[in-house]
Amino acid sequence: MSETSAWVIFIAAIFTNNILLTNFLGMCSFIACSGQIRTSLGLGTAVTFVMIMTTMLNYVIYHFVLVPLGLGHLTFIIFIAVIAAFVQFVEMFVERFSPKLYFALGIFLPLITVNCAILGASLFMIIRKYSFLQSVGFGLGAGIGWAVAIVLLAGLRQKMRYSNIPEPFQGVPIAMVVTGVLAMAFMGFAGMVSIQ
Amino acid sequence: MGNDKQPTCLPCGAKGLCGGKGFLTLKDGVWTSNPLAIQILGICSALAVTNRLENSLVMGAALIFVCVGSNLLVSLLRKHTPHRIRMIAEVAIIATFVILFDQFLKAFYWDMSRQLGPYVGLIITNCIIMGRAEAFALQNPPILSIVDGVANGLGYAAVLAIIGFFRELLGTGEIFGHQVLSTEWYTPNQLMILAPGAFFALGIVIGIFNWIKGPEPEENK
Repeated sequence: MSETSAWVIFIAAIFTNNILLTNFLGMCSFIACSGQIRTSLGLGTAVTFVMIMTTMLNYVIYHFVLVPLGLGHLTFIIFIAVIAAFVQFVEMFVERFSPKLYFALGIFLPLITVNCAILGASLFMIIRKYSFLQSVGFGLGAGIGWAVAIVLLAGLRQKMRYSNIPEPFQGVPIAMVVTGVLAMAFMGFAGMVSIQ
Repeated sequence: MGNDKQPTCLPCGAKGLCGGKGFLTLKDGVWTSNPLAIQILGICSALAVTNRLENSLVMGAALIFVCVGSNLLVSLLRKHTPHRIRMIAEVAIIATFVILFDQFLKAFYWDMSRQLGPYVGLIITNCIIMGRAEAFALQNPPILSIVDGVANGLGYAAVLAIIGFFRELLGTGEIFGHQVLSTEWYTPNQLMILAPGAFFALGIVIGIFNWIKGPEPEENK
């Protein structure tokens, strides 16, 4: 585990172990916000940024505060508090210093707190016992992987508006099936690199 | 359903509407506005843990426990929680119950805990629980909130069990690890237990729910 380089983890997190298509994390906003490429790109960017920052923060907190104090069972509650606080902080910071970016990302930022991909990335980092550098690679890769997946689906859904879909399957069900095909396509990368 | 209906009548039976309301709440959660298949909430875990029926059932139980517990506590505290910090209070309550369940699994069912991995912790960010706390428990008395928690938990668990059943059956030909479909004539379709199978299964289940609900409003369940 500790042998894998951060670069390999970064690539693997995007392609072979895509957090959305193989670990199913962040599905709610994935389905809800994949109507247009523009919005999904904005959300993808915000998620990537928050993900890499919270993975780093949580790594430091877990290994330098929780473990030495023997508070491992509080992991969940601390992590979610860190994520919520960080998102709140970013929101205030962006609003103060870059109103333009705030309006571009504004609506997505609060949503990110309940995006399970963010919490999931932090939990995977603990379960897989990553080092700090590996965690940075994983956080960045997972964020980019999520963004890639949501932008791809948004593109597909824009095309799908013109196709003739059976009525019960319109909307979410067909999006799920298309995501399945997307996941199958990503399985093609499987042999490239692998992380557990 | 009957024994869930009864306790709701006790506290506010005088008004004579809670009995009907309790049943309505139950039906709403399990069928009419099923959190998973109709409202499309909390699908992350529904996809991730349904590769085996056993996992699906444990996850369903976890969700029922957390949903009931958090609904009860949020409802009890609803008059004492300042409106502005209600979100963080809800998250703290939910996280507490998730930790309880996680520690329980780790203590008594280590193998299951290992298999579910991070998905038990991820119940915290499951929109169903947050949604029920926000939309129902904040406005309703404790007992009714418990019924709502049970109903939504059951609705979630039922869909999970359906998906888990078919994925395990088609993916390995087994149910609970017992061979059901003989390998002589059935070749297990590995795809069903891998990621794409999860997406296909959930898409088809939601489609079927829509189909049953859609044109003719009859209950085929």
